[in-house]
Amino acid sequence: MDLYRQHILEHYKSPKNFGSIKSSSKSSHGENPSCGDSITMDVTFKNGTIDDIKFRGEGCAVSIASASMLTEKVKGMEMTQIANLGLSDLQEILGIEITPARQKCALLPLTVLKKIILTELSSK
Amino acid sequence: MINPSIQNDFPIFSTKINGKPLIYFDNSATSQRPQVMIDKLVEYYEKFNASIHRGIHSLSEKATEEYEHSRTKVARFINANEDKEIIYTRNATESINLVAYSWGMNYLKKGDVVLISDLEHHSNIVPWQILEKKIGVKIECIPLDKDFGLDLEEYKRLLQLKPKLVAVIHASNVTGTVNPIKEITSLAHAAGARVLVDAAQSTPHMKIDIQDYDCDFLGFSAHKMCGPTGMGVLYGKKKLLEEMPPFLTGGGMIKSVSCEKTTWNNLPDKFEAGTPNIAGAIAFGATIDYLEDIGMDNIEKHERDLVSYALNKLSHIKGLEVFGQDNSHETRGGMISFTMGYAHPHDISQILNEEGIAVRSGHHCAQPLHTKFGKASTTRASFYFYNKKEEVDVMIEALEKVRKIFS
Repeated sequence: MDLYRQHILEHYKSPKNFGSIKSSSKSSHGENPSCGDSITMDVTFKNGTIDDIKFRGEGCAVSIASASMLTEKVKGMEMTQIANLGLSDLQEILGIEITPARQKCALLPLTVLKKIILTELSSK
Repeated sequence: MINPSIQNDFPIFSTKINGKPLIYFDNSATSQRPQVMIDKLVEYYEKFNASIHRGIHSLSEKATEEYEHSRTKVARFINANEDKEIIYTRNATESINLVAYSWGMNYLKKGDVVLISDLEHHSNIVPWQILEKKIGVKIECIPLDKDFGLDLEEYKRLLQLKPKLVAVIHASNVTGTVNPIKEITSLAHAAGARVLVDAAQSTPHMKIDIQDYDCDFLGFSAHKMCGPTGMGVLYGKKKLLEEMPPFLTGGGMIKSVSCEKTTWNNLPDKFEAGTPNIAGAIAFGATIDYLEDIGMDNIEKHERDLVSYALNKLSHIKGLEVFGQDNSHETRGGMISFTMGYAHPHDISQILNEEGIAVRSGHHCAQPLHTKFGKASTTRASFYFYNKKEEVDVMIEALEKVRKIFS
């Protein structure tokens, strides 16, 4: 059962960067209605990079662990770099093989984050 | 009593999932298919493949005879009055859409009330919402009582609104509730409403008796009852079907066509435009023979025992909560929807799959009902007559594993 490695379960049970940012952050929300995963993300920027990032919501182990590890990874990263992240990068970040049935779960946090980034980039 | 080796009738049960024997608990989504049904499909394609109601040649005659013979079997299976009251569709969803478009669009008008219930599958909600948008009918919902049944007192109160149609699910695909259709129908008729029954989850599991229920329309799918996919049935009272205009139009459903005018064909052809699912209809006939051989009463009893056994076992798993009726209900259907607070339904399914067990996670196309539960999704194990207590035991062990991993 490769999906439920210890680190995935740890991120699921105690996710990093869980919560919200009150001041002047950009937010977005996404969900997978058929399974009930739902994630909201707040981001603040500094000089074209991510200064702070927090998420909240509910979902399966894969989507929550993905949000937790992604938010850790992207702090300080340039927006343009994030805009180019894809499934294979996510696979690397999570350190597990993501089966086709679970791609939607794993991708949800990245999709939400990209929405914020693209809006931010296009407003420049 | 069901033959303990009945799974031998189904070729799929020799398949291994992750190296384990398949335990198929996703029967509310679709059932498995017995060899006799598959053989009949192949027999049509290999031995008498031809169009129906057309050619005066031997193959066409044989195909037509088998196609219509299946209709007779379906009519008998649900105790309809006449074969011509059986319309072949693709599935229960199309059956309900046929009624919404052909009957609803023509007999309902702005402000008319359509009464549905909180238990409905999306297939019996969305078509009426389309009519709400198109012609302004008003949808009202019968609420549930504390026990996941329809609140019949509230239903009687809603009937005072003089609805034109009561469209209700017979057996829930989530809670195990089986609604008292005969009583619901007679109350509706007394209030002047027509009654449509979504029987997708009841027809596979119990004896259906149209003449006893006296409902006006009833739809179901073959694929949930060991039959082929893409094959469904709409039962309608002859008088209503005769008055209704066609749903889909084209070949086969006409008596005569001139450039100016077309005359519709008689029942049931009026509602079966184009070349139908001939193989599916014929194989469905063989499926009905198979189910009748086992006996619908036998099937119902077996599933009742199994669900009762499973509910008892599940009640010992810490933190597991069932959304549905308990064992005190005589008619309870054979599916169990549940949550385990510490584990998401997706993760439960995934871990069960590692043990070869197929269950479903999600809202099971009943989002309004899940909203009432306050849950976005549940995990559902749904049984059929070929499932066994030993398989339930394997699931219980796997759920204990889920608990260990996540709690």
